[in-house]
Amino acid sequence: MAFGPFLLLALMEGMVTSAVLALSAVGLSLVFGVMRVVNVAHGEFYMAGAVIAWFVTTLVPGPAAVGFIAALVIAPALVAMMAALADRLILKRLQYDPEATIVATIGLLYMLQQAALTIYGPDARPVAAPFEWRIQLQWFGYSGYKLFVILAATAILLAVWAFLARSKAGLVMRATQVDRDMARSFGINVDRVYTGTFALGAALAALAAVLVVPIQQAHYLMGGDPLLLSFIVVIIGGLGSLRGTVAAALIIGLSDGVISMFFSPTLAKIIATLLVAMVLVFRPQGLFGAKS
Amino acid sequence: MNPNARVWVLHLAVIAGLYAAQFILPPYHVTNIARIMVLAVFAMGYNIAFGYTGLLSLGHALFFAAGLYGAGLAGYFLEWSALPSLLAGLMAGGVVAGVVGLLALRTAGVSFMIVTLMFAQAGYLSILYFGSLTGGDEGFVVDAARRTIAGLDLALDGYRYGLALGLFAVALVCCLWLVRSPFGRIMVAMRENQERSRMLGYNPFTIKLTALVISGLYAGAAGASYALLFGYVGASFATIQYSILPMLYVLLGGAGTVLGPLVGAAVMFYLIDYASSVTSAYLFLVGLALVLLVIFAPRGVLGAVRERWARWLP
Amino acid sequence: MAALMQALGLVRHFGGLHAVDGVDLVLEPGEIHALIGPNGAGKTTLVGLLSGRIVPDRGRVLLAGEDITRLPAHARVRRGIAYTFQITSIFPRLSVFDNVALAAQSQGGRNLASSVHGTLARVGLRGLADRTAAQLSYGHQRLLELAMGLALHPCILILDEPTQGLAAGEIDSFRALVKALVPETTVLLIEHNMDVVMDLATRITVLNFGRVLATGTPDEIRANAAVQEAYLGA
Repeated sequence: MAFGPFLLLALMEGMVTSAVLALSAVGLSLVFGVMRVVNVAHGEFYMAGAVIAWFVTTLVPGPAAVGFIAALVIAPALVAMMAALADRLILKRLQYDPEATIVATIGLLYMLQQAALTIYGPDARPVAAPFEWRIQLQWFGYSGYKLFVILAATAILLAVWAFLARSKAGLVMRATQVDRDMARSFGINVDRVYTGTFALGAALAALAAVLVVPIQQAHYLMGGDPLLLSFIVVIIGGLGSLRGTVAAALIIGLSDGVISMFFSPTLAKIIATLLVAMVLVFRPQGLFGAKS
Repeated sequence: MNPNARVWVLHLAVIAGLYAAQFILPPYHVTNIARIMVLAVFAMGYNIAFGYTGLLSLGHALFFAAGLYGAGLAGYFLEWSALPSLLAGLMAGGVVAGVVGLLALRTAGVSFMIVTLMFAQAGYLSILYFGSLTGGDEGFVVDAARRTIAGLDLALDGYRYGLALGLFAVALVCCLWLVRSPFGRIMVAMRENQERSRMLGYNPFTIKLTALVISGLYAGAAGASYALLFGYVGASFATIQYSILPMLYVLLGGAGTVLGPLVGAAVMFYLIDYASSVTSAYLFLVGLALVLLVIFAPRGVLGAVRERWARWLP
Repeated sequence: MAALMQALGLVRHFGGLHAVDGVDLVLEPGEIHALIGPNGAGKTTLVGLLSGRIVPDRGRVLLAGEDITRLPAHARVRRGIAYTFQITSIFPRLSVFDNVALAAQSQGGRNLASSVHGTLARVGLRGLADRTAAQLSYGHQRLLELAMGLALHPCILILDEPTQGLAAGEIDSFRALVKALVPETTVLLIEHNMDVVMDLATRITVLNFGRVLATGTPDEIRANAAVQEAYLGA
């Protein structure tokens, strides 16, 4: 293959990664921003979304598109319910203590992952794409579904932005993020905001997974990479800013796509993890600066 | 009995009990307990950082792996015998902890957790990346010739148990001495109120770095003896799971108690051992235990014992 | 007499707030120097700058003529500058003994136990060594804070509102205690209780809006018109 198409392909793959990553990272960032909780189980919500999508598309009869649309609704909804339950049963009891919640979400990670192993099994299984369509230019061909993923993720991100910036619920969330006690004294039900935020964050991860599962297969161990990458994005992008998170997702996704084409993906990951550590050490304001 | 004597009697009795166990218990459990003692040394190191000094690290797998590979590679490439290999692993654990600490201790709390996690992840990936050196995912078997000390074959149950017990006993006595020393008091002071400790003339960075290096020496010694006693070195010991396990042992047994890591390691080892005979999803238990502990029993078994019945327990 | 500690043109702003705005201060050996001023005058910030807890934007701090402006707080403690917190800062989950021992062992004394018990007796906490610090009454916790300062055997002891929350009897024994410290120890005292200030202080510095309004003996300060207007006379 000539270099031009090769690079374009790498860039397109990078865009797909970025789009999915941005969704999942915005979920993680929201949860950290509003609740000050580092959700280590975020990747498992992603995995749960993918696994539920597999069950839904398998059980719903008819054309692939119908099952896929059903999955797009059902998987995030179920995952959001799971997250809300986890918030009420676990995080709330810990009074959202930052360190204790990390330990607890590590526990949640294992529980979700192993539950998936029990219910879904150890195999990786594909989900059929809702449509088979391919862009075919003279010198370059590309999957239409992947383009759809980019567009869908962009649309969802815009919707999240509109929700936060324009809706009353979004305003309440932002108020809680700025000052929990102040929000409470203004009569905001902080408990409900937290539950809602945790559910929304998890639902975004699940949405990302449903979009990705026709490209990658669903597997009970698939949560690790998105967790790591979302962390990287949230830390590099800086906290609370939707724009920063999306920009970082673009940078990381594209460079991951491009670097992985030319270098070993393991080396790329080593560099990325060390980069995150260094950002936290030398530029903590990137993410955790506001808090001592 | 005076309080000081009572403490030493209790801990020496535990060591004596473990010595007797090899003659009483069936071989299956003797091997298990050898493994538990090595893991308990690892957890004791974790406890020095987390339980006493308040450093919640998510990267201790890296220090364990440093010991494991330090000893394994010294035997593999340099053909060192078991004892120098063990020392090489111990030092590797301490040095890696020192380097990580120099950077990570510029942060605190949640950032410290993530930075240590990231370093450990980078370490794990490096083991995979430099596969020609480390054996990558598959790891390598430690040559039988490298597993003898003074002509004693560590692959044999009796000698293996002996070395594990020796290591455990030294580690336990050192830990007991450390936490009851003036320095141990300063470690706890850092955990309880760092700003106050600073205004008593203690440099938080130096104290925490020292504690982390000691913790790394423990992890390194545990990793090195794991390689020598069980003869296998592999990347799976560098995964995040091996950072979580010592935390789980310590939380279960009681953070900030000298014997807690042993209790936690023993209980958890047998729980997992039992669960894995029933289901392949035995790690569910690890997750459930973490959640239940952190909600209902953050002080762990011996922490609760100390609170209710035995305030003298170190 | 040569100054033991000297502040030269110290400035520290927090955002737009000029907490300390060009302060000169001289501590002479063996004196009890009181720092007074209305709330928000910058007293705690000033002693924070002296003890090294806060880094100045400008200005210098000298200890026996040596520039210690860049010396971190813990190193200053080792040089003999001890600071007791305005808001009680002890180790609540440790025993009273351990609290004081942490201070005493910082100076590397030989017989730790007897030194700790001696210090506890001096502040009137004899017999409470085995208690958990959190179990002490508020007044006793203030005394524990003071004991930690004493156990450091400082050459300069900075006390930030030490009598706040103490009962009348406790205040009297506190006065006697501080009087017995000089001249071996030089005391810098932030205090709102004017009886205590006038009784103890050899010199007084009045701060207002981050600047020094006046410095002098208690009588001079009492007679100072500017001080009366800004603070005492009100």
